[in-house]
Amino acid sequence: MTRIPDPAGFRPDRRSFLTGSLALVVAASLPLGSRMARAAAAGPFAPNAFIRISEDGRIVLIMRDVEMGQGIWTGASMLMAEELDVGLDQVEPDFAPPDDKLYANPLLGQQATGGSTSIRADWEGLRKPAAIARRALVEAAAREWKVAPADCTVERGVVRHAASGRSASYGSLVALAATSPLPQDAPLKDRKDWKLIGTSQKRVDTRHKVDGGATYGIDVKLPGMKIALLARCPVLGGKLVSVDEASALKVKGAHAVLKLEDAVAVVGDHYWAAKQGLDALAAKWDLGPNARLTQADIVRGHEEASKGEGVVARQEGDPDAAIAGAAKKLSAVYQLPFLAHATMEPANCTVHVTPDGVEVWCGTQVPTRAQAAAAEATGQPVEKVRLHNHLIGGGFGRRLEWEYVGIAAAFAKQVDYPLKVVWSREEDIQHDRFRPYYYDRLSAGLDADGRITGWTHKVTGSSVMARWAPPGMRENGIDPDAVECAEETPYDLGPVRVSWVRHEPPGVVTAWWRGVGPAHNVFVVESFIDELAHAAGKDPVAFRRGLLEKNPRARAALDLAAKEAGWGTPLPANTGRGIMVQHAFGSFLAVVCEAEMSGSNIQLKRLVAAMDCGQAVNPDSVRAQIEGGLVFGLTAALYGEITLDEGRVEQTNFDTYQILRMNEVPPIEVHLVESSESPGGLGETGTAAAFPAIANAVFAASGKRLRKLPLNLDKASSG
Amino acid sequence: MTTLTINGQDHQFDVPDDMPLLWVLRDVAGLTGTKFGCGAGLCGACTVHLDGQAVRSCQTLVSDAVGHRIATIETVGQTPAGAAVQKAWLDLEVVQCGYCQSGQIMQAAALLAGNPKPSDGDIDSAMSGNICRCGTYPRIRAAIKQASAA
Ligand code: FES
Ligand code: FES
Repeated sequence: MTRIPDPAGFRPDRRSFLTGSLALVVAASLPLGSRMARAAAAGPFAPNAFIRISEDGRIVLIMRDVEMGQGIWTGASMLMAEELDVGLDQVEPDFAPPDDKLYANPLLGQQATGGSTSIRADWEGLRKPAAIARRALVEAAAREWKVAPADCTVERGVVRHAASGRSASYGSLVALAATSPLPQDAPLKDRKDWKLIGTSQKRVDTRHKVDGGATYGIDVKLPGMKIALLARCPVLGGKLVSVDEASALKVKGAHAVLKLEDAVAVVGDHYWAAKQGLDALAAKWDLGPNARLTQADIVRGHEEASKGEGVVARQEGDPDAAIAGAAKKLSAVYQLPFLAHATMEPANCTVHVTPDGVEVWCGTQVPTRAQAAAAEATGQPVEKVRLHNHLIGGGFGRRLEWEYVGIAAAFAKQVDYPLKVVWSREEDIQHDRFRPYYYDRLSAGLDADGRITGWTHKVTGSSVMARWAPPGMRENGIDPDAVECAEETPYDLGPVRVSWVRHEPPGVVTAWWRGVGPAHNVFVVESFIDELAHAAGKDPVAFRRGLLEKNPRARAALDLAAKEAGWGTPLPANTGRGIMVQHAFGSFLAVVCEAEMSGSNIQLKRLVAAMDCGQAVNPDSVRAQIEGGLVFGLTAALYGEITLDEGRVEQTNFDTYQILRMNEVPPIEVHLVESSESPGGLGETGTAAAFPAIANAVFAASGKRLRKLPLNLDKASSG
Repeated sequence: MTTLTINGQDHQFDVPDDMPLLWVLRDVAGLTGTKFGCGAGLCGACTVHLDGQAVRSCQTLVSDAVGHRIATIETVGQTPAGAAVQKAWLDLEVVQCGYCQSGQIMQAAALLAGNPKPSDGDIDSAMSGNICRCGTYPRIRAAIKQASAA
């Protein structure tokens, strides 16, 4: 059984890494005898930022990606174990410290886990360092034995020389390996020699997730720690005016009332005391400029903005003329709501501010930003902030934000004990940062044979990128996320224009949400394609196939999903199948959803997915991500909606922000396409696919085209 | 002082009678395997056993728990149903982020202890109070069936 990180074990903090690598550099310049001595004293063999091998044979793999359920610790460990020639049961994953230089995801340019990029980045980025480490260890053995490295083999971390019958474990070679400069390069294994990649392996992070032993940020326990529950101003942009501190402190176990400009917290021995104190506090707020804001204002703002020209992301030919001259013209408006992340683990962060520095315990997808936030809030230099990252109880983009770390640090600097700042579920939902609202206008033409003559798509919405990563914006002002999967669809659409109007609504902060751009645009594009298929009088699968001549992988996924779902076979009354296909996050995914209508109630009957994600590293994990991603998307498609009234978020807990439950989730089949292409992304694919799959199924079952999410037949205006 | 019997042992706590058991377990007894998800009886993350029955610890007051056997995820593996559920959970790779799974496992273990061969309908009615944001429901269903066959 793979060991999971041992809190008492060595931490690969910045210092131990530096000691390790420095030891290698220094040691190489010394005479052999003293080199050995130096190397032996230097601690684990640290050939790079990711691998630590101790003399006792312990192999720690340092994870630049955070584990939030997506299984990346297993995938990344498999990639390194494969090239190291060790078993997955022989390695221990551990958290990378905050360090953008050592642990940046090259596809994101910073230390962040998101955008379904991890496995793609790790495929290139982690196998090579492991292969080099293996080579260093093999060469050390060969040198010692005076044999050719090529005559040595490795199995489960033991180097063998068959002719002489000699063998040595990696642990026993650590000191020797540290005495020579690292090999510059090493070849990657041929795929025929893979032992792990492509096989379903047990996850390395789950053993203590079934016995209560896994520690999430919210589970941190420290001597002298107290618990704070916070309340933020109900309206974004408002300020705290007054509190009834005396009443709060009358609560048994309540210790302090801490204030920020727009938030207040009560500190207690436990959550309950803090909550009682917060309830007694009767905080008064100046609600600020957004106090009258309604959802209707927000929608109207987007609608008005969408009448503007926008910036063109892609233009080919003259789609306006092509549509004007078409036999049939279609145009439609699609609207998508704000969405909360509602991770099962509510937002929380523990901070201890001392004269010597700041310690932070939390789960974060962006460790360096979290560290910087704590530094800024406490006025300490970044080097003085020590961040302990944790397993995350659901990320979905929520932990790509770091404001909850800054807020916790700002409270914690007012006390001298470790302070765990916890958000109630109500705070977590109401003061989340939301997936943007989108207002999309589309038009297209069909010729007399039902072929698309031209296509235009104008997206209107907030830009997460402009706030979160300004360098990610294009020079012409386009936010690539806003038009992702709109600008490039799998289809041959003829003359096309895709444009974007940036509109920043008041009263909310927008943020990344599982599925990002594709979770918006794939719904819109795949719904509108479905509309065109029906307007052309064609079968939705046949219509799509005709547009996929140049995209064999998308077409193969579509065909596989249709075949496995029994596309075209009879269904019971009031039941329909919807299909979609996407090329998103570097993978090709097609999904068929079967839904039954009883009145306006949508019941999911079956989901069939066909995935071509290139080489599946851990096939069972791929399936799990698609299953989970689909459920996440279906939840939002059926229920997800954040609305504002008088500037306040109307949804508060799982009664008003509903999540799909066991009795609503149908069987899900996932079929994988065999492929040796480089791996594609996974975590967000199913989420993006879910929206059009169910919307198209609802159309097939009811004849009603729902262009607004969440899907609601009672509010549907037209068929 | 209030005496609570947790995982087979008596513990004394200086806590108010109307305090939900969840916070006694997590913040006073240090048993953080039991999770806080909603605090309102809506998600099941806080599920524990009271005399073998699954209850929401965020809705169970200290005064309701006095004199009853409280069992948490930390010891559920000592019961036959709990051990079978944990094993099936790992065999079928149910778990993703894992945050809901303490509650799911406590709920499933109580279900199987009382109903060793649950139907799909039984599983739906027992498990639909437990939210999993990672969407592991299909595997939870399969794992309950595997554990029930064990
Ligand atoms: S925390 Fe008790 S039901 Fe959600
Ligand atoms: S496994 Fe993440 S919430 Fe269930």
